[in-house]
Order: sequence, then C-alpha cells, then structure tokens
Amino acid sequence: MSGTKGRTLLLQGNEACAMGAIYAGCRFFGGYPITPSTEIAEHFARKLPTVGGVFIQMEDEIASISSIIGSSLAGVKAMTATSGPGFSLMQENLGLATVLETPIVIVNIMRSGASTGHPTGTGQGDLMQSRWGTHSDHPVVALAPATAQEMFDLTVKAFNIAEKLRVPVILLPEAVVGHIREAVYIPAEGEMEVIDRERPGSYENFLFFKRDTNGVAHPPDLGAGFRPHYTGLTHDESGFFTAVPDRVNAFTVGLNSKMELHREYLTDYCEETVEDADVLLISFGVTARACAHVTRDLRKRGVKAGCFRPRIVWPFPEERLNRIAQHAHTFIVPELNLGQMRLVVQRVVGPEKRVVGINRVDGAMLTLERMQKEVEEVLA
Amino acid sequence: MSDRSERYEVLLSGSGGQGIILAGVIVAEAGIAHDLKVVQTASYGPESRGGASHSEVILSGTDIDYPAVTKPDFVIALTQEAADKFAHLARPRGNVLLDTTWVEKLPQNIQANMASFPLTEEASNRFGKPLVANIIALGYFAEHNPLLGADELLQAIIRRVPSHYRELNEHAFAYGRELADQA
Repeated sequence: MSGTKGRTLLLQGNEACAMGAIYAGCRFFGGYPITPSTEIAEHFARKLPTVGGVFIQMEDEIASISSIIGSSLAGVKAMTATSGPGFSLMQENLGLATVLETPIVIVNIMRSGASTGHPTGTGQGDLMQSRWGTHSDHPVVALAPATAQEMFDLTVKAFNIAEKLRVPVILLPEAVVGHIREAVYIPAEGEMEVIDRERPGSYENFLFFKRDTNGVAHPPDLGAGFRPHYTGLTHDESGFFTAVPDRVNAFTVGLNSKMELHREYLTDYCEETVEDADVLLISFGVTARACAHVTRDLRKRGVKAGCFRPRIVWPFPEERLNRIAQHAHTFIVPELNLGQMRLVVQRVVGPEKRVVGINRVDGAMLTLERMQKEVEEVLA
Repeated sequence: MSDRSERYEVLLSGSGGQGIILAGVIVAEAGIAHDLKVVQTASYGPESRGGASHSEVILSGTDIDYPAVTKPDFVIALTQEAADKFAHLARPRGNVLLDTTWVEKLPQNIQANMASFPLTEEASNRFGKPLVANIIALGYFAEHNPLLGADELLQAIIRRVPSHYRELNEHAFAYGRELADQA
C-alpha cells in the first residue's frame, strides 16, 4: 500500500476477504482447502510470506482451527477459511476458543445441503450452526457480507470484534458472495480502524482470567513472560479448573456477559424505507440484495414496503426489528435454507405478526422473478 | 441505452478454455475505469474445464442490487450449446453475437440484433491463435454497446493479457471492430 489514498480493484469476494484480513493484521492462516472457499487460502499462500506472515496447509479442519487458536494464543492474529463440512469439524475447538478468550476469525463460505452436500451450489443453511454449532452457552459473533466490498470491510470488522471482545468471530457469506467480482476500495494504511487486543502489563494476584467491567478477560500472550494456565475445563479467574458451583456459574455467566455488555457495538444492519413500512423483507447476504430490488419495485407501486438486512447476524439486531414491528404487520424472510432466520424473526416480532418464508435449497440463488411472484402471493 | 442509471447486462458464454471468464473480467474492469458500478459472476463447477462456461457482467451508473443477469442486453455465444441456451434471452433491441465456427444451427426467432462470424476460424487463420476469438468478440462488442468505448476496453485487455501477447490481442481487438463495421 503506497501513499495515503487507497485504491479500487476488481476483486473476487474471496480475494477481498483475504486482503481484508491482512489489512487487519492477520499474519497466520492455517486451513484446509475446500470449495467454495479455496481462493482465500490461495491468496494467503501467495501474500502472507511477503508480509512476514505464515501460511500452513493443515491436514484437516480440526488441525486448522487448532493451529489458529495456537497462533492467536501466542499473540498473532489468525484466520481459517472453510465451508460447511469443514466448519462442522471445527465446532469442538470453536468452543475451546470461546473459553480461552482467544480471538480468532473463521470464514465459512456456505455451500448448499447437509453433509458433503452440493459443493458448487450456494446456500445459507449454516446460520443456526454458526450460533449454536458448538455445545453449551457460549459467546460468538457472526457477520454476513453481501458484496465483495463487504468481504473486505466485514473481515476487518470481524478481526476488530474478535480482538476487542476476545471471541471467535465467524464470517458467513454464501458461495455467491465468495465468488462475485466487484469493485472493491482498499483503504490506505491507517484509513480504516484496526483494533489490537488489550495487553495488560501486570495482573493482580495472577488472576489472568479476571473480567473487566465490559465482561472481557485479557489473558496474556503465551511467551510474553507470564505463566498462565489455559484449560477448556470450567475455570475461575486464576485460569485453573474449578468445580465450586458459584465459580462454575460465574464461568458461564461471565463468559456470555460480554455479548450483552457490547450489544450496541454488536448491532450492525442496513435498512431501506422501513420507517412507515407495513411489509418488511428481511434477509442476509446476497439474498438481501434481491430483497432491496423487490422492495423498490413494491414502493413504485405504492406498497409500503421496506427491507432490513443484518450485517451482524449474531447477535441478531432484535431491538431494531422490534421497533419496526410496532407498525409493520407482514414480514417476508427469503433465505437459501428452509427458514432458519424466519424462526428468529417470528420470535422477535411475536406470534401475532405474519411471518412468511421464501425458501430455495437447490443450490441456486433466489431469482427476482420468483421472489416477486411469491411476494405477490403473500400480499394478495 | 444512454441512461447510466439503468442496468446494462452482458452474458458471455461458450466452453471452458475459450476465455469466457477473462472476457467478462475485462468488460468489468473497463466498466470500473469508466466509473460504472460492476458485478461479474461466472458459472462455477467441475464442468469449468471443457464443459459449458458462462460469465455475466452487469454495468450500471448506480449501485447494483441483484447481482445476476435477468434480461441480457448483449449475448456472446461461442458454442452451439451456448447459442441454444442463451441467445433467446437477449432483450428485443439488444445484441447477439455468435461464433459460426461452432454454431452451425443459428437460433431462430431471436428478436435481438443477431450477428454471426466464424470468430475462432478467423482467429486461427489471421492470428494463428484460436484463443483470441474472445478478444475479437470484445472488439465487436466495443462498437455495439452504449457504455464502454473501444479505448477503455483495449486498456482493460492490455492490463489483463501477458505482455508478450499484447500486440496479438491488439490486432484481434481491431479486427473485431472491423467486423462490426461490416455488419
């Protein structure tokens, strides 16, 4: 990056993602190639060595997530990229990262279908998995980019959230967003905020896992001179195992408190003509771009329609949606799954509101034609 | 179409190895150089080497929401399969360009302006490289689209092709523009 101005390039979403990660300071990538995410690994393999970073192709996805947790524990920002089958394998260690308070970024470029599924098809079936894939109550943040530009911007944001809250952050684009080519503005160094984790110079009574008032614990980097103990077992502020009920309780409640304490920071959505909307189209990713198109068509015909797109899907922007639900009566939720976000919307807006899904699971995008037709049927 | 706020959609199709994706990328980059919003997508799958391949480009003066071609203004088809599948999608006042080296049966009842030339054969005979059929097609496209000029497209081509093939591509592009004059 030269000069003070950024540059605009035609980039594939996956390339933009890898460039965003490097911009955010990511210097380690451990991954196992899988369609439709492979271009991310390819970009890292070429570029990381030129910026003093390390790229390793691991033997599988369990090793991949393990390697990035290790890197981050040692103080080096790290990322992996995969698709559904690999993301499933990563779930156990995703939980480990949450309890170790280790910032990592996992990119799951969503393909279509369960198990090995349809590798070259696009889908949005991992929405719930990204929230609840690993066991028990745990904090996790997931972002859903809809454009190649957002593949850059939200990757930077993912690292910032990971570092600030010390949580795993998941980037959740559909295959189409990974492969779309659009103009992407790459900001100059310093133009976009990059957050680095807090590194306390000392710890009172060696309480490495003591939470600050924002619910965040700041254990030291391995090798930084402290001697922390890290475990996936329930632990207290010292980092050592505890089975004392009050402390076990504090472990789970405290860990999850950082989501609630950062609710505003974790609210990120785009909306259009929602203020007086009777009908709201809600979706995420590329599917939401089609919603914007349909919404404008409806407005031209005098239908009071609006559209709403969370860019951070977890935590879900409940407060904002709730406000819109004070006047909107019909909610249409198009998704490339069988209705995962529809469930969330119904819960948030309440059982008396009409919530209808438009769903497609054959590996292709929802076409405008089909959406227009189904929206007509809903409004008829 | 002179209204830049409308979408202008280009669909390039053929078979893997004909440079369909590259041609799409070139159109998209020329669009960016012309301060247009662009979206480029491509067919993606195990069939992408030797099998059917297509690339879509949307150009617009304003933000592009839905990122897929709905009603192409310009269709380029370099194989029979591509012609059969995509030629009829073109808008009534749009353009269709076919490579008769491979398209033996011209699609019927096409409402768009249809032009056909033996692009691959000419590429082979004139330039010794059947591969530049895509660049000849872009030369034709340069003369028949309302948004991108020949200079912008040529600059985009030069940025994307290996430097030792620059001259070859320049000639292929110029030849495509000549074909457009003949049509």
